[in-house]
Amino acid sequence: MKILLTLLRKEFRQIFRDKAILKLIFLMPTIQLLILPFAADSEIKNINVGIIDNDHSSYSRQLVEKMEYSSYFDLKEYSNSYKEGLKWLENNSVDLFIEIPANFESKLVRENYSPVFMAVNATNGVKGNLGAAYVMNTIADLNKNIIAEWVMPPSTNMSPQIDITHSHWYNPHSNYQKFMVPGILAILLTLVGSFLSALNIVREKEIGTIEQLNVTPILKSHFILGKLIPFWVLGYGILTIGLAISYIIHGIVPSSNIGVLFIFAGVYLIAVMGLGLLISNFSETQQQAMMISFFFMMVFIMLSGLFTSIESMPRWAQIVAWINPVTYMVDVMRMVLLKGAQLTDMLFHFKAIIAEAFFLNILAIWSYSKRN
Amino acid sequence: MNSIEINNVSKFFGKKKEIVALEQVNLNVPKGNLFGLIGPDGAGKTTLFRILTTLMLADTGTAKVLGYDVVKDYKKIRQIVGYMPGKFSLYQDLSVYENLSFFATLFNTSIKENYNLIKDIYVQLEPFKNRKAGALSGGMKQKLALCCTLVHKPEILFLDEPTTGVDAVSRREFWEMLKRLNKEGITIFVSTPYMDEATMCDNIALIQNAHILSINSPEGLMDSYPDTLWGLKSEKMYPLLLDLEKNPNVQSVFTFGDEHHVKMKQGKGEDDLKMWLSQSGHQEVEMKIIKPTVEDCFLDLLNERKKVKA
Repeated sequence: MKILLTLLRKEFRQIFRDKAILKLIFLMPTIQLLILPFAADSEIKNINVGIIDNDHSSYSRQLVEKMEYSSYFDLKEYSNSYKEGLKWLENNSVDLFIEIPANFESKLVRENYSPVFMAVNATNGVKGNLGAAYVMNTIADLNKNIIAEWVMPPSTNMSPQIDITHSHWYNPHSNYQKFMVPGILAILLTLVGSFLSALNIVREKEIGTIEQLNVTPILKSHFILGKLIPFWVLGYGILTIGLAISYIIHGIVPSSNIGVLFIFAGVYLIAVMGLGLLISNFSETQQQAMMISFFFMMVFIMLSGLFTSIESMPRWAQIVAWINPVTYMVDVMRMVLLKGAQLTDMLFHFKAIIAEAFFLNILAIWSYSKRN
Repeated sequence: MNSIEINNVSKFFGKKKEIVALEQVNLNVPKGNLFGLIGPDGAGKTTLFRILTTLMLADTGTAKVLGYDVVKDYKKIRQIVGYMPGKFSLYQDLSVYENLSFFATLFNTSIKENYNLIKDIYVQLEPFKNRKAGALSGGMKQKLALCCTLVHKPEILFLDEPTTGVDAVSRREFWEMLKRLNKEGITIFVSTPYMDEATMCDNIALIQNAHILSINSPEGLMDSYPDTLWGLKSEKMYPLLLDLEKNPNVQSVFTFGDEHHVKMKQGKGEDDLKMWLSQSGHQEVEMKIIKPTVEDCFLDLLNERKKVKA
């Protein structure tokens, strides 16, 4: 016990003496939670459009006006040559353009049908798809107006219609920040729990101090606990700071018992610290540890449901996602902070993370050796 | 009784075990000895140290430290040895005092308890007690490292190149410290690449290319030098060296400080050398019989090994 305390005191001394790391530990969550949720917004606005109007009729003008007044579009270019339109796409001055053919109005009046051409830059698939959908909506809207204008609608609607109304639960205003903040908090916990602890252990290897420790009679368990407990405490510190920031800045009030979140985070930290220890066992230098961490971090972020929902991933990716411990933390964060979930709702998550904690730590302790 | 017993220890590195670090090493270090392992960089010194301090497993052979097997009883050995690695490996961001008390506590003891052992060294460090270990000078770092390995009153000390990179004065001081500790009854196993430090030891083992060349006392080693050694000095040292190397009667010639140490071939002696000198036109050459140094012996042993191999 005395030896463990000595190890802990030494560890905390070193952490608090390393001003750069200390700043990083507390600035990182602050800055990330302040900036990222505002920037990482998946709603697409400001689509740049160009219009080629070969008709110059009253209907074509109506269409142009409709596009102009939409909040989604920025009318950037206007011309009457198709070739120029392609140039706009090439030099990225527009994301999409529509071409209204010369006989647009007359054809519409005479044949009740008139085509409009649209070209979309689909380099960014999401933006391209959404932009095209917005344009179609706008044109459909115009179409409805024209029909209303030509055919007097009957005073009573003859055909039965189902009207759908909806309300957003758990995040009533579909606020993207409320969705992102809990997720980012989970990622921050992962960073501190696994990667900082991995780097810390590898640093001892790199400087050679681990050699000096290995010839002392300290137990493997003491060494490992002495390394992991400080980062466990730091993890809790970050979680508290993060929750405070999300309350103050983003107005997120936990909608159920926050104690459950803290208990879960405790187990989660143990799991990711096991991963950190594992990484440190397989790297000799801090660079190596960094690169391995980076690899894991990318997989973790992409396959955790942080940005994209797991349900829409292919089957194999879903399996990876449900092995990924970060998935559970992100999910629990959102469940507690937004959904108001109770302990009983999260039993599966608890079981899974406890299993992962056991698995990762046993693997890590097994592969850690005081000699080679 | 022997403090260290090494039997047929070999260690290989590399994927196919193609790099030989130690081959069939046999070595005994008597209790209470100040034993020097002398050899150039890459000879296998550190590997041997790491095996003895239970940090590495030998591929073949057995080793015992104070009667304990380095594989089976590694826990026991870690209690009673002090190991100072060649690379400074204390916490640079902790102060002198923090480092020392940290290592004391790891061995369930305190600085006070064994103060008498480290007193002589610690008084020199005391003015810098609160300075970070990383900010100490090279010599001071080594003293602190020695303190940290001594603080739990080990029965045997393993010092891996403690004087490498330390200035001449600090080196001498350091060796005096070792002598004092040795008098207290601590067995010391120390390695060094500096041949001149060999004379400070009770016994030395010369190691080169994973093999022990010789185990002897420094005096015994020098006495065992098989031939007469001539020291030559002249005004023009370099042309003399070149000519000596061409001389078919010369077995070997090496430069030491301001002298050439010359060993003649079997059956050739003083007269051959003198005659050659007068013929070759070298002026005012001073020539005398000298006592071989440890380095002469080392180089001679190396040459002999080469001959045997060839």
